[in-house]
Amino acid sequence: MKLLCVACNEPMQVSSVEGPEEGSVSVSFGCATCGQRVALLTNPLETQLVRSLGVKIGGQSVGHEPLEVVRASLAPQSQGALHAAEGEAVVWTEEANARLQRLPPMARPMARTAIARYAREHGVTTVTPELMDEYRAHAGF
Amino acid sequence: MLKRYRDIAGDGGSNIVGQVEALTGRVRARMARVRRRLAVTSGKGGVGKSMLTTNLAILLAADGWRVGVLDADLNGPCLARMLGIRGPALRLSPEGLHPAEGPLGIKVLSMDLLLREGPVPLVWEAPTQDHSFVWRDTMEATALRELLADTVWGDLDVLLLDLPPGAPRLPALAGLLADLDGALVVTIPSEVSRLVVERAVELARAHAVRLLGLVENMAGHLCPHCGAVGDLFVRDDGPLEVPGLPTLARIPFDPRIAHCADRGRPYAVEHADTAAGLALRALATQVRTLLSPAEAAR
Repeated sequence: MKLLCVACNEPMQVSSVEGPEEGSVSVSFGCATCGQRVALLTNPLETQLVRSLGVKIGGQSVGHEPLEVVRASLAPQSQGALHAAEGEAVVWTEEANARLQRLPPMARPMARTAIARYAREHGVTTVTPELMDEYRAHAGF
Repeated sequence: MLKRYRDIAGDGGSNIVGQVEALTGRVRARMARVRRRLAVTSGKGGVGKSMLTTNLAILLAADGWRVGVLDADLNGPCLARMLGIRGPALRLSPEGLHPAEGPLGIKVLSMDLLLREGPVPLVWEAPTQDHSFVWRDTMEATALRELLADTVWGDLDVLLLDLPPGAPRLPALAGLLADLDGALVVTIPSEVSRLVVERAVELARAHAVRLLGLVENMAGHLCPHCGAVGDLFVRDDGPLEVPGLPTLARIPFDPRIAHCADRGRPYAVEHADTAAGLALRALATQVRTLLSPAEAAR
């Protein structure tokens, strides 16, 4: 989309972008020749249409963040999982890692995931062989 | 006379075209370390695309390939579960989103790993959910592009992309991933499925997407007790064919395939000697040959 100053027959430039506020973005344009200013106000559907393209009106002013559209757009009921992914928070001691390596390769990822989840659920941030024993007893292995 | 759209350079400062090019460039940069990209597709749902993807991934990884799997079915994700991955398994760093690690080191990314556990549907936060049909497809294409571009796949020999049902899905992916190496087309031996799949094939050809071949899934019923293969679908005119598309494999239905998938176990490894296991093995060999003719010739 381009805006044209009818009086000057010259293209207008984006001068500011505000919002979204209550689903609306306000984009101000100015004519460099006559100084005329206009504002484009989007409705919520138009705002979402632009957002869904993964682009920003007015241009990218900050650097790209990994997965920024997905993270910003996942509804609140989904965000717990993303925060957990960001946090990870569980550290494996060398001994625990070595013990994990003794499992068949096929079984390692499932065991790692299950033990890490058990640790998080119990507020533990470091996986040790002792915790692995505890998990083993808990899981009935 | 007032200037027309084409008379004006730029777009007033948003540089939307440049932003889109940058997004495309990020996909290209990430894919530079991925040697091959293969889609598993069908116009039809419920034909076994995810089963095929997971078992191919396992077999290719067992052959020593570094394999990644992207579950491109954002609304019906199941690959993580089928590969035995549960709970929070992703890590985000400034470099990007680190995928989960599945069996044999397979890198796995699926929307179900980004959602809270349980029956949580994919809902995009938006200023309005009214008329979401207007933007939802676009949102999903953007999300898929981000998952391709922002995932730390590392060095892979192949990235398998499991697509949702629907004829336009493959051309849409090819639009996001210009260097897609090809696609496997999955069907079941029914006339209804053939009709839908043929339409999808025609659409893919119209977009110049390379199709490696057809995989006929549920091609007979494999008795888990005696190993005999009987009819599952009744066809009056012989094996199903799609004109111009070689049939790479016919995989019989084995109830243990679904059982393994539910438990996150690799059927093709655990039941390697069954008719279905052998068909999957032969298919994996063909896929390697088709994707790496020079390697196969050595």
